[in-house]
Amino acid sequence: MSDPHDPHNPVLVPALHGIMAEFQQPDDLVAAVRKAREAGYTRMDGYSPYPVGEIADELGFPRSEIGAIMFIGGLCGATFGFLMQTWITVYDYPISIGGRPFWSWPMFVPITWALLVLTASLSGVFGLLALCGLPQPYHPVFNVPQFARASRDRFFLVIESADPTFGDGSGVKAFLATLNPDSIAEVPE
Amino acid sequence: MATVTEPAQGHIPREIFPPHPEGLLGGNHDTVTLGDKIADVVIGDRTPRAWWGFFFLGFMLLQGLVVGLTYLFYAGVGIWGINQPVAWGLAIVNFVWWIGIGHAGTLISAILLLMHQKWRTSINRFAEAMTLFAVSCAGIFPLVHMGRPWVGYWIFPFPNNMAVWPQPRSPLMWDAFAVSTYLTVSLVFWYVGLIPDLAILRDRAKNKLQRIVYGMLALGWRGSAYHWRRYEKLYLLLAGLGTPLVFSVHTIVSFDFAVAIVPLWHATIFPPFFVAGAIFSGFAMVVWLAVPLRHFYGMKDFITMKHLELCAKVMIATGLLVSFGYFCELWMGWYSHSEYEWSTTYQRIWEGPYWWSYWALITTNTIIPQLLWIKRIRTNETLLFLIAGSVHIGMWFERYVIIITLSRDHTPGAWGRYAPTEWDYAIMMGSVGLFITLFCLFIKFLPMISITEMREFLPHRQGGRDGHAVMENAK
Repeated sequence: MSDPHDPHNPVLVPALHGIMAEFQQPDDLVAAVRKAREAGYTRMDGYSPYPVGEIADELGFPRSEIGAIMFIGGLCGATFGFLMQTWITVYDYPISIGGRPFWSWPMFVPITWALLVLTASLSGVFGLLALCGLPQPYHPVFNVPQFARASRDRFFLVIESADPTFGDGSGVKAFLATLNPDSIAEVPE
Repeated sequence: MATVTEPAQGHIPREIFPPHPEGLLGGNHDTVTLGDKIADVVIGDRTPRAWWGFFFLGFMLLQGLVVGLTYLFYAGVGIWGINQPVAWGLAIVNFVWWIGIGHAGTLISAILLLMHQKWRTSINRFAEAMTLFAVSCAGIFPLVHMGRPWVGYWIFPFPNNMAVWPQPRSPLMWDAFAVSTYLTVSLVFWYVGLIPDLAILRDRAKNKLQRIVYGMLALGWRGSAYHWRRYEKLYLLLAGLGTPLVFSVHTIVSFDFAVAIVPLWHATIFPPFFVAGAIFSGFAMVVWLAVPLRHFYGMKDFITMKHLELCAKVMIATGLLVSFGYFCELWMGWYSHSEYEWSTTYQRIWEGPYWWSYWALITTNTIIPQLLWIKRIRTNETLLFLIAGSVHIGMWFERYVIIITLSRDHTPGAWGRYAPTEWDYAIMMGSVGLFITLFCLFIKFLPMISITEMREFLPHRQGGRDGHAVMENAK
């Protein structure tokens, strides 16, 4: 490859998103991520056709944010539901039914509960989409032909160019080669 | 996004794997053959002849709904057999019947997930689809039963210039919230589960249309470890919320009856009795769907006899719970020393005009399912299918018996009779048609079994993780 920075002979080479290594087994990918972390790489991602929790553990993402989001969402929904029913039956539209108290709060439980579940679930789903940046019509990893098997039977490690030690990527390639991957590929941006 | 080329096509597993220790998997599959087998139903060009038969049947029946509802909107609910005192007729019977069927999908998916039951993996996807379609069928009935369905949204509280609000102390408003929440949560649970599978379909698409449609639905899912971590947590929490939701929704449906003071309706047994009945009928429907999928789509490797047997065992347990409910109703009628309770009970089982429906219920729901105790019967596909059919009939009669109680009220002056008209039956069969049609379309366009979860469920040697993911990875 010619030098893209040569001012006399400019060649347009797309910027790199990172370097990708392909593995056959989930455990190989887990081991590769561990070694990459130990080698000092910080900006990387693992791709697998089905969830393998150890990859995220090794990447240093031991706990997701979804629980907190759903808890807050559910709390908001339940509070809103309860206060709405109180507002309707006590303040805005009180109806005496056989002299029963207007603020008959046990009767508010079903709707409060339904709204808790509804808002917690929806905040979890939209939280997932927002945190993962989905929907995302384009992502550089799909530029690599081998990556079509990421939804089939192969496991991939990408060390991203955003990593401070990435440089021109040659060091990363040399490092990935020590992990015995099936293939190594540049991921154009 | 690239299409998979050789050598992955025509892939065969590199060795003969030992049989699955729990009998939950047949054939010789690794992650690739498993994914291909399920995805090819959707991506491939071949549609089984039987699919067209079922689709045609469903679509024909659906016309009953189209014509029935059109005439209903024109003429009003007077075209049905309802009148005083039986003001709730087949529409409410069908509503409760469908929503009961709709509960097993979320139950299989959510409760069995929380309980580490690996056998859920093969059946959760189409059971969740069953839930969605059954709840959609159910939702039609209370809406059209309102008489003026175009103002159906009045059941929801919203600021309006009439300065009125619906009544939050009424089970009818609870019902609206419970059923619409259930439909929404079931839909997102189903869709979240589908996203990785849609990405598989996108990557395997055979033409541009498939690539665009599945690509858009997959939202650009790429299987990143960060995404999986959040995804697993969300899936677990949705299951955790879905489980109590199933119980609460059918409890609230039972409150529609139990909060009234009609003899035999005003009973504390109703919520647990209704929930058990819902699970009972739902598993019967899972059997009814699983058997054709095994037969016409060759899914016997994934939906094994073991799965059917486990469904049968759940049916025995819930069937006994339901039968206990029938006994409790009789017992409370006698033991309450209430003249009305006992008189209504006696009319229900012997003296009234609808005594036969009570015995149809007992026969189909309590007596016939006892055959499932015998292993030779519950592991026989045909007999299991027939017994599940008996449960469908029984669960329908259960709600019919409850509704028809209205014909015998506290005073003989208020007694009356009820007979459904042809429009009742047209709309009922139409809802069956809607269900069949939607389910056929689901089978044709979406993977009927979760490819991602099945891959994860495969034993280590076959390329999976032995089905340990969700509970241990969801953090």
